[in-house]
Amino acid sequence: MAARKPKDAGKSTGKSKKKAKAKTKAKSVTKSKAKTAKRASASSKSAKKSQKSKKKSQAGEFQATFKGVYAELERLAAIIDATKQEIADMRPQGSDDDDLTHASDQLDAVIQSTADATNTIMDSCEAIEGVMGDVSPEVSATLMDATTHIYEACSFQDITGQRIGKVVGALKSIEERIDVMVETLGGNLPKPDAKAQKDAQKSGETAEVSDQDLLEGPQLGEKGKSQAEIDDLLASFD
Amino acid sequence: MAVDMNMNVLIVDDYKTMLRIIRNLLRQLGFENVDEATDGTEALAKLKEAQGNFGLVISDWNMEPMTGIELLRHVRGDDTLKHIPFIMVTAESKSENVIAAKEAGVSNYIVKPFNADTLKSKMVSVLGDF
Repeated sequence: MAARKPKDAGKSTGKSKKKAKAKTKAKSVTKSKAKTAKRASASSKSAKKSQKSKKKSQAGEFQATFKGVYAELERLAAIIDATKQEIADMRPQGSDDDDLTHASDQLDAVIQSTADATNTIMDSCEAIEGVMGDVSPEVSATLMDATTHIYEACSFQDITGQRIGKVVGALKSIEERIDVMVETLGGNLPKPDAKAQKDAQKSGETAEVSDQDLLEGPQLGEKGKSQAEIDDLLASFD
Repeated sequence: MAVDMNMNVLIVDDYKTMLRIIRNLLRQLGFENVDEATDGTEALAKLKEAQGNFGLVISDWNMEPMTGIELLRHVRGDDTLKHIPFIMVTAESKSENVIAAKEAGVSNYIVKPFNADTLKSKMVSVLGDF
């Protein structure tokens, strides 16, 4: 018969086992706590490290962006400077001799020239009409027809004058807009291509006038020479 | 009723050359009594001064300060002037312009450039044969 284990003996063994188990558990908890603490500390260290590196990377990104924006601003400033220079070349401040004014003056002169020519033609027609009574009725009728057609044709001046007047108006409007643009860009413009002018001046002392340079006519008003002045000039070579 | 060839005709245009062309063409058509104005304001003053004693107004449209259409509206709004035939002679050839002129009471409308035959035919349609 197998020896029975005393009830208490079994109890006592169970208790001690339990104790041991509890001890082990406590140890394990402590260990685990320590581990967790260690881990927490490590994690905190790593978080700090990562935050630091994040900050560092953000600073780098910011610096790169700032550099990009700065480069962009520099590029923009260069474009504004170039635009100002372009405008200065086209429309020097305080001068009436810019391209747009010159173009308007030329067109005004076209209107005036055609008006003068039309009036001269009509003077001649009226002179012809004045002698119609001195010729035969057949000839008079022919002259009347001819002068009528000339008067009709002369109305081209009114049409061309109106069309050119519109172009002059458009040029003046462009001039005004450019003035507003100049105002927006800061008012003061650089001198018209100063360096290029200086270079041209330097080389101009020796360079000859090209054929192209001579193609600027017809000159307006007092900018050109009269026939009498040209005759005098020619005579001065003799 | 026969057209009075001695009637006063007022021509209005800001281009002196055009005034001279129309005056010459009118003379060739037999109308010698021609007066001129270079814009609507001057024309209106002349019409009022003559107390409507004009048989015809031939006016450009595009003038400053008073345009041809404004002159037409003034003429049609004035009891002493509203009977005067009014022909618009203009380079404005859009249908909107013609409609606006018709609504303002224009008698006829000539587009520039025009010839003597056109001028005569429009005058005949307004005044009767001459």
